[in-house]
Amino acid sequence: MTEIPNDLRYTKDHEWVREQDDGTLAIGITDHAQAALGDLVFVELPVVEDVIGSGAVCAVVESVKAASDVYSPLAGTITEANTALADAPELVNSDPYGEGWLFRLRPDAPTEIEELLDNEDYARLLTEYDD
Amino acid sequence: MSSMTEPLVFELGQPGRVAGAQLPREDLPIGLPQAMLRSSPPLLPEVSELDVVRHYTRLSQLNFSIDTQHYPLGSCTMKYNPRGCNTLAMLPGFLNRHPFADEAVSQGFLACLFELQEMLASVTGMSAFSLTPMAGAQGELTGVAMIRAYHLDRGDIGRTQIIVPDAAHGTNPATATMCGCTVTELRTRPDGDVDIDTLKNIVGPETAGIMLTNPSTLGVFERRIGDVAEIVHGAGGLLYYDGANLNAILGKALPGDMGFDVIHVNLHKTFSTPHGGGGPGSGAVGVGDKLEPFLPTPIVGCQGDRFRWVGEADRPKSIGRLSAFMGNAGVLLRAYVYMRMLGDEGMERVANYSTLNANYVMAELEDAGFDLAFPGRRASHEFVVTLRRQAKEHNITAMDFAKALLDRGFHAPTTYFPLLVPECLLIEPTETESKETLDGFVAAMAEILADVQADPDRLREAPVAMPVRRLDEVRAARHLDVRYQPDATETDQTERSSAP
Amino acid sequence: MPFIPHTPSDTAGMLRAIGAGTIDELFEEIPKDLRCAGLEAVPEALSELEIGRLMRERAALDEVGLNFLGAGAYEHHIPAAVWELTTRGEFYSAYTPYQAEASQGTLQVIYEYQTMMASLTGLEVSNASLYDGASALAEAVLMAVRANRRSQSRRILLPASLHPHYRAVVRTITASQGISVTELPYDRETGRSDLQALDCYAEEDVTALVIAQPNVFGVLEDVDALADWALDHGVLGIGVVNPMAMGLLKPPGDWGREGVSIACGEGQPLGVPLSSGGPYFGFLTCREALVRQLPGRLVGRTLDVDGKPGFTLTLQAREQHIRRSRATSNICTNQGLMVTAATIFMSLLGPEGLKRVAVRCQARAAALAEAAVMVSGVEIAFPEPRFHEVALRLPVPAGRVLEGMRECGVLGGVHLESWYPELGDTILACATETKTDRDIEAYALALQAAIESAG
Repeated sequence: MTEIPNDLRYTKDHEWVREQDDGTLAIGITDHAQAALGDLVFVELPVVEDVIGSGAVCAVVESVKAASDVYSPLAGTITEANTALADAPELVNSDPYGEGWLFRLRPDAPTEIEELLDNEDYARLLTEYDD
Repeated sequence: MSSMTEPLVFELGQPGRVAGAQLPREDLPIGLPQAMLRSSPPLLPEVSELDVVRHYTRLSQLNFSIDTQHYPLGSCTMKYNPRGCNTLAMLPGFLNRHPFADEAVSQGFLACLFELQEMLASVTGMSAFSLTPMAGAQGELTGVAMIRAYHLDRGDIGRTQIIVPDAAHGTNPATATMCGCTVTELRTRPDGDVDIDTLKNIVGPETAGIMLTNPSTLGVFERRIGDVAEIVHGAGGLLYYDGANLNAILGKALPGDMGFDVIHVNLHKTFSTPHGGGGPGSGAVGVGDKLEPFLPTPIVGCQGDRFRWVGEADRPKSIGRLSAFMGNAGVLLRAYVYMRMLGDEGMERVANYSTLNANYVMAELEDAGFDLAFPGRRASHEFVVTLRRQAKEHNITAMDFAKALLDRGFHAPTTYFPLLVPECLLIEPTETESKETLDGFVAAMAEILADVQADPDRLREAPVAMPVRRLDEVRAARHLDVRYQPDATETDQTERSSAP
Repeated sequence: MPFIPHTPSDTAGMLRAIGAGTIDELFEEIPKDLRCAGLEAVPEALSELEIGRLMRERAALDEVGLNFLGAGAYEHHIPAAVWELTTRGEFYSAYTPYQAEASQGTLQVIYEYQTMMASLTGLEVSNASLYDGASALAEAVLMAVRANRRSQSRRILLPASLHPHYRAVVRTITASQGISVTELPYDRETGRSDLQALDCYAEEDVTALVIAQPNVFGVLEDVDALADWALDHGVLGIGVVNPMAMGLLKPPGDWGREGVSIACGEGQPLGVPLSSGGPYFGFLTCREALVRQLPGRLVGRTLDVDGKPGFTLTLQAREQHIRRSRATSNICTNQGLMVTAATIFMSLLGPEGLKRVAVRCQARAAALAEAAVMVSGVEIAFPEPRFHEVALRLPVPAGRVLEGMRECGVLGGVHLESWYPELGDTILACATETKTDRDIEAYALALQAAIESAG
C-alpha cells in the first residue's frame, strides 16, 4: 500500500507539499513516485534564491531507468535545498516525506495551496492509474 | 561462452614493455620548445603485441554478435552483415583515399555514391538523397531542420510544433527539441494505429510537421497513413518518415507514395552495414521536390559521364554541413555493395521473408502460450509480445525473460519498448534467419515459459551461464567509475573480495 | 536468394503454421494503391564475383601515388593487428551493449578507451565517442552552454584558424538553440589566434572559447595564454585537439594555470584509415564535475550479484531513449567499431610509441617544409612551432600547381583559397611518419616541375 500522509497536499505530478511554521513550503515526491522510479542515483536541486514560476521545472530526480522533472506546485522563491541528497539520494526512496524532502520555497501567494489536491483526491488519482 | 573475465589492458604488461615492431626508432630530436610538451606520459598500456592480440581476442569472445548468435532485437534489424561488403569497401583504392582527393582521382568512389543515392531514392519513392548524416539520429536532425528551413523560407515563422506518436522512439522528441521545436504527443489507439480524430484537433497553423514510422514501432502497418498525410498537409505541415522499419516494406511500398516529404534511412539496419558494438551507422536522408534545396551538403552530382561534388555554392538554401567530410563513406560503400547484391528483386524479397519470419514466430509463440500485444493483426517484420499476465501471476518481468534467453544462447529481443505496452518484448527475426534457428528460438521461449510456471525464483536468478551475472546498475550510477585509476586499485580490491 | 536461406519447403511449412496461403497475404493490411510497381534505378542483382569485379575496377581508378593531404584526416601506419582484431565477427557484428551480460567484451573495450582518452587529454571523464570531430565540437559547445551557469549570452568564440568545416558543423547543429557564434581572427604573420582581438571581449558576456591545437594551418597556438584568458573572464574553455599530437604536446587539462574543462577532436589518427572521409569518431572528455552534462554513451564499472566486477552502460537517464525531449542530445550511437580499433591501436603503441610517432610526424613535416622552400618562389606562410602540416605560399596559381603535381602522382596539398581567400595561392601540405626522404624528394621535384609549367 502506498503511503499518503493526510496532513500534506499533493499534485497530479506526484509531488507533496508541507506547510512549515515559518510560512515556507517543503516539497518532495510521493511514495508512489519514488517506487515507480526505483533506486535514485542522483538529484538535481534548484539554487537558493532562484525565482520559480508555478508549474516550472525546478528539480530532476534520476534513477537508473528514468530521469523525471519535478515541477513547482506554486510560484515563489527557493529558500533551501536538501544538500544531504548529494551523497545520499536514496533518502528519497527510504523516507520520501521526511528526510527525502527536495527543497523549500517561499510562495508568492500562500493561499494557492488550498487549490492543491488533498490526500483523498491524490489517492483517487492513483486508483485511476491502476490497470 | 567463456566464464572467465579479462583483466584490464592496463593491468597487463610491465613498465617499459613495448610492441617492438610498431615502435619508431628513437633517433630524432624533438623540434618543439619544452614548454609546449607533456610533462608526464598518458595512461596507455605498456604491453607486447602478443599481449594485445590475446587480450582483445579474449574480449571479443565475451560478446554476443550476429556472427555467433540469433539476435531478434526489434527495431534494430540484426540481419547478417555480408563479409563481401566489408572486403570490397576496404579495397585499397577506397580505404586509402583522402576525403580531399581531387574529383579527377575519385571517380570510382563518386560513382558508387551517386548510384547509391539513386537506388535509395528509388526504393523510397523520393527525388533526391544526401548521404552525409552519420547516424539515424543525425538523419532525424537533418529532416526536422529541413522542415523548419522550408517553413522559414516561406516566411511561415510560427510553425514550431512537431507531432510525435506516443509510441515513438526517444530520438524523435529529442531531435525536435534540438531543432528548437516543441513536441506534441499523438496518442495511439488500442488497435495500433494513431488516433486520427485527435490528430485533427492537434494540427493547426503552428504545425511544422509530424514524425512517423511505418510500419510503426508497435510492429503494425499504419493503415490510415493516407488520412494522416491529408490532415497534416492540409494544415500546412510536412511528413517525416523515420526509416527504422523500412525492412518490412522494402520493395513493396514506397514512403514517397504514402505522402512523406522527407525520410531518413538507417543503412546499418535495412542495408546491413555492421553494428560494430554501437556504430558507425549512417542515416542517409531522402526528400521530395519541396525539400530538395535544403539538403545537407556535399551531395554527389553527375555532369555527362563525370561525377562531381555538389556543395553549398550550388545549394545556397542547404541547411549546411553535418560532418567535417562527407559522412561515413566506408558505411556507404558497404550499403552500396549490399544493394547491388540484392538487386531489384532482392529488395522485395527482404520485405517478403522478414515479414514471413516475423509472422511465423508470432504464430508459434502464440501457440506456445504467449500473449500478443495486437492479436488481431498481421505482424510487419516485427511484433510485440506482452508478459503482463505472467508478470502479475508469477511476479517476473520482461527483463527476467531476456536474461533467461541469454543463458540459452539467444540475444534477447528489445525489452520495454514500445513504452505503451507493459512488460513487452519487441521481436524482429529478420529475413536472414533460417526456419531451424527460429524454431530454436521458439523452443527456448517455450522452455522459459514453462520454467516461469514451475519455478519463478529461478528465472529471477538469470543469467547464470554468462561471464557475469546481473550487474548493479544503481551502484554504477551512484559510484561512478568510468575510467581506470591505478592509485584507486587498493580500494577496489577490498570492495571486490566477496565471492564465496 | 542472396542471404535468405529459405527453401520452398521451409516457406510452405511456415505459411501453414501461420494459416496463410501465400506470402502476399501477409501484406493485406497495406492498401493496394500503395503497393509499388517496380524499382527504376535498381539494377538486377550481382553475384559476389560480379560486384567484386566492378568494385575492383572502381577502386583502381582512385589509387594515387603519394598523399600529402591533411586538413583534418591523416595518413598513419596502422598495425595489421588493429583491423584483424576489429573485424572479428564478435566485435564487428555485435550490437550496442544494452544487455550488459552479453556484451562484456565491447563494454570493457569502451571502458579502456574512456580511460585512455581522458588521460590523453589530461581530463577526468570521457564518453564512449561521438560521430566525428566536428560534431563532437558541436556537442561540446552545447555542453558548455548547459554547464556555464554564470553566462547568459550563449555566445561562443570560435577561432578563424579552426578548421572551417568544424565551424560550419557547429553552426548547423547549434542553429536552432539560440547560440551565437563569433569568429576570433588570426594573426596574418603567425597564423595563430589573435590575442589582442580576444581582449575586445574582456568586458562582454562570453559563454565559451574554443581553442584548436594544432589549428587548421598546422600551427601551434599559445594555449596557455588562451586558457588563462578564459579562466580569468568566466569563460568556459573548450580544446579541439589532434589526439596523436597529444602523445607529445601538453594536453588541454594542463593548459595555463588550471587547464580547460572540455576537450574534443577527431580520433581518426588513432588507427582509423582515411577511408574516403569516414567512418571516423569524435572524442569528448571533461572534468568530473561536468559528467552529467556529457552527451553520448558512458560505460561504468560495477559489481554483479556475485560481487564479480563487470561493466555496464551508465547514466542512461541522460540519453534519448529515457529522457526523450529533455535529453542532453538526440544521439543514439557511438562509433563502436572505430573506438575498438583506436583502443587496440593505442595499446599497441603505448605511451612511448605514440610519442615517437608524434615526434616523427613533426620532424617529417619540418623536412618537407625545408625541401619545399628550396623550390624557387615557394615560401612558408606561417612559422614554427608547427605540428605535421605546413602552409606553403606559391608564386603561381595554386590550382594549376596541384593539378600538375597530381599528374606526377603526388597529391600536393589542400588549396586554402576557398577557405581563406586572403591567403591567395597557398596550399596546406602534410607529412606524417609515413613519408620517407625519397617521398619528400619526389614532392619537391613534382612541386618544382608543376610550378615551372604553370608559370
